[in-house]
Amino acid sequence: MGVFIARRVIISFFTLLAATLIVYVLVANSGDPLEELYGIADGNQREAAIEARTALLNLDQPVLQRYLGWLTGAAGCLVGACDLGQSIAGQDVTTLLPQAMVTTLRLVVASTLLAVVLGVTVGIVSALRQYTGFDYSVTFMAFLFFSLPVFWVAVLLKEFGAIRLNDWLADPVIPIPVLVVVALLSAGIWQAVLGGPPRRRLVVAGVAAVATGAVLAYLSAVRWFAQPALGPVLVIVISLAWAVAVTFLVAGLSNRRVLFAALAATAVALLGSIVLAPYLTDPTWGFLGLCVVGLVLAGMAAGFALGGLDRPQAMRAGVFSALLAGGTVFTDYVLFAFGDYYDSVNGRVVKTIGSGTPNFTGTFWERFLDQTTSLVLPTAALILISFAAYVRYTRSSMLEVLNMDYIRTARAKGLTERTVTVRHAFRNALIPVTTYAAIDFGAVIGGAVITETVFGWAGMGALFRNGLANVDPNPVMGFFVVTGALVVVFNLLADIAYAYLDPRIRLS
Amino acid sequence: MSNLDPPAAPTPPDDPHVTQPAVTTGEPGADFEFTVKARTQWELVLRRFLRHRGAMFAVFTLLLIVAVSVSSIGYGPIPGWWGLSYLQTASTVDGGRPTLDVLPAFVDGDGLAWGQHPFGQDNAGRDYFALTMRGVQQSLLIAILVGFFSTLIGATVGAMAGYFGGVVETVVMRLTDVVIAIPLLILAAVVARGTDGSAASLGLFLGLVTWTSLARLVRGEVLSLKEREFVEAARALGASPFRIITRHILPNVVSTIIVSATLVIASAILLETALSFLGFGVQPPDTSLGVLISNYQTAFATRPWLFWFPGLFIIGIALSVNFIGDGLRDAFDPRQNKVRA
Repeated sequence: MGVFIARRVIISFFTLLAATLIVYVLVANSGDPLEELYGIADGNQREAAIEARTALLNLDQPVLQRYLGWLTGAAGCLVGACDLGQSIAGQDVTTLLPQAMVTTLRLVVASTLLAVVLGVTVGIVSALRQYTGFDYSVTFMAFLFFSLPVFWVAVLLKEFGAIRLNDWLADPVIPIPVLVVVALLSAGIWQAVLGGPPRRRLVVAGVAAVATGAVLAYLSAVRWFAQPALGPVLVIVISLAWAVAVTFLVAGLSNRRVLFAALAATAVALLGSIVLAPYLTDPTWGFLGLCVVGLVLAGMAAGFALGGLDRPQAMRAGVFSALLAGGTVFTDYVLFAFGDYYDSVNGRVVKTIGSGTPNFTGTFWERFLDQTTSLVLPTAALILISFAAYVRYTRSSMLEVLNMDYIRTARAKGLTERTVTVRHAFRNALIPVTTYAAIDFGAVIGGAVITETVFGWAGMGALFRNGLANVDPNPVMGFFVVTGALVVVFNLLADIAYAYLDPRIRLS
Repeated sequence: MSNLDPPAAPTPPDDPHVTQPAVTTGEPGADFEFTVKARTQWELVLRRFLRHRGAMFAVFTLLLIVAVSVSSIGYGPIPGWWGLSYLQTASTVDGGRPTLDVLPAFVDGDGLAWGQHPFGQDNAGRDYFALTMRGVQQSLLIAILVGFFSTLIGATVGAMAGYFGGVVETVVMRLTDVVIAIPLLILAAVVARGTDGSAASLGLFLGLVTWTSLARLVRGEVLSLKEREFVEAARALGASPFRIITRHILPNVVSTIIVSATLVIASAILLETALSFLGFGVQPPDTSLGVLISNYQTAFATRPWLFWFPGLFIIGIALSVNFIGDGLRDAFDPRQNKVRA
């Protein structure tokens, strides 16, 4: 394993090195960096400006020499003395880069993770319901999302997801026709997902329609969207529901030991949130990180103590239940802060421009809301396209696995459908998806450049776009070194995940 | 699928010169004549493709879009039937609102009416229908050129690398490694920035940077095909490497190549619009669908039609090409459609 990783890192390093050369030369030759200066009317001033820029960018040297100069500076990064050169405006790239990096990474990582989780889930359900209405609808949606230009979606989201949504939040009442349509939609989706004979579908559809309609009508009547909150009762109910769902997926509800372990882990997590409440009013990310570690340990302990013969399954269920309970508590805190946040931004909750309100101060939860509400639209635009690809990949790879002989064997020896799907098929179906995730990451970075443009984020996309427009290689290279390294790291992670999922592959 | 369908063709196929017998799978009885009709591999593929409803609908849509865009404003020497040019400015009528109306009279419309400017006018009074059609032409031209060049280069390079191995393979594969490490949009933007922004040069240069994934696919297949008996037989008979590659190996990889070409075209449509949006693609005064959306994205609140029409055409084209690709893949490899037992 160690040897494999070391070898991959070395190969990737040289690949990246060659790629930097290509990008540098292409950018440097893509136009004339002095072009805008030719327009200066006064001859002496023009001469001086041209001379200054020539000196700044070393334009009197051949391209390869400039590249070597840049590389020498960049190599300094390995020993802690970074020099990535200056932009055409004379700013150091090393000072521009870190801030832009944080902004963009938040966007890229959030949308990649969400796209994987959502896409894989929908893809698997679609494969399990092959050739049903649900499958056809999902397939069509995936094709549609594939064919959408990112920026076009982004502009639509700006109009409908931000401007009109904010207007609606000023008076959050759901009109009756909308309510009926949403209830019917939910009925259609749930009966298609759960499937079964027509009678059962009808019951499912009825229950879903009534439940959705009732919940929405209630939320609208109490103006929940203006002052959202979960409250202690709902937090407990939702956390317990998560525990039951996790048990169902991991071991099946008939396995009491696992169920008890999951419930116990949930209880520990909720108790912990009550004990720690004084520290949660304005926490830091470090503290929350410690909480996550604590939740994992608590879940493992609960599973270990109560699991008996099914200890591994119980521990897994315990960890997931504890984390989901923690997530529910987190959501509760965030929603609780919404009212104050709403007032402090004068009702313009979802942002159309920028990666956060400038100079925003508030508690941790309000700052989190501020960042999340700016993140939500660019992320949504980015997810849409990757999501479609993940759905298609997961569906086809799941179908392929489900057609294999060992699945038939598993069914023939009497395993439950849940065990066959989750334990036998799911894991193997993930293998090709892992490879795709690495490829997709590069595409998401490209998409991020566009989304950042539409939403006016001052991130890495701006660095790249302005650099390229001005024929200014240094910022572009700064952008490329970071994104290229990320793509390489993601590929490496995918390879390692591949070996973990498929033991037949030996990493050597 | 009716029960008269031939059994699924084995894939990957053997030498394409061998025809696949198709056996009708009816009960051979006294009043049922047992017939065998030989069909070639290509006939089977074509039959499956023609029966793919989504793909046929997509072919129809795409042909319609191409026909309308070329015939309406004309292309080069071809004259068009639409009287207005995409360059000609005029005074705006009714704020440039579209005169297209499809609503019948009883829901407050004029029935199906084209009017003078069906898609409206832009702020300089140019006819937006003509502009959109010009955008469709340019975007399609770029996408097809990209598909052509990237397929040509990818297939050639992949086949050479797979067949000859050795130094050629190492160099080519390391090169594709390097190119794949650069996010496509980044590479494409950098390359496109260096062109003069005409459709032809954009198509050529984008083709030069999108061939790598096909090269890898083709190489993988060639690696296994070159060990097969029919290739060995050809070699024993003294066929040159050129002949072996073009006559014996490539026909067996053609399904991969065709499917990949359609997918490249679909993504090239989106790539071109994205580049034009960032300002590195087609340069004014010429236009493309991406340029149109980019120009009028801020006009969405006041004049949404400037934004909707080019967007709908992009989606229509990309969706059609994607469906055609899907239909082709199903036609070449029907195994994927097996219903789960």
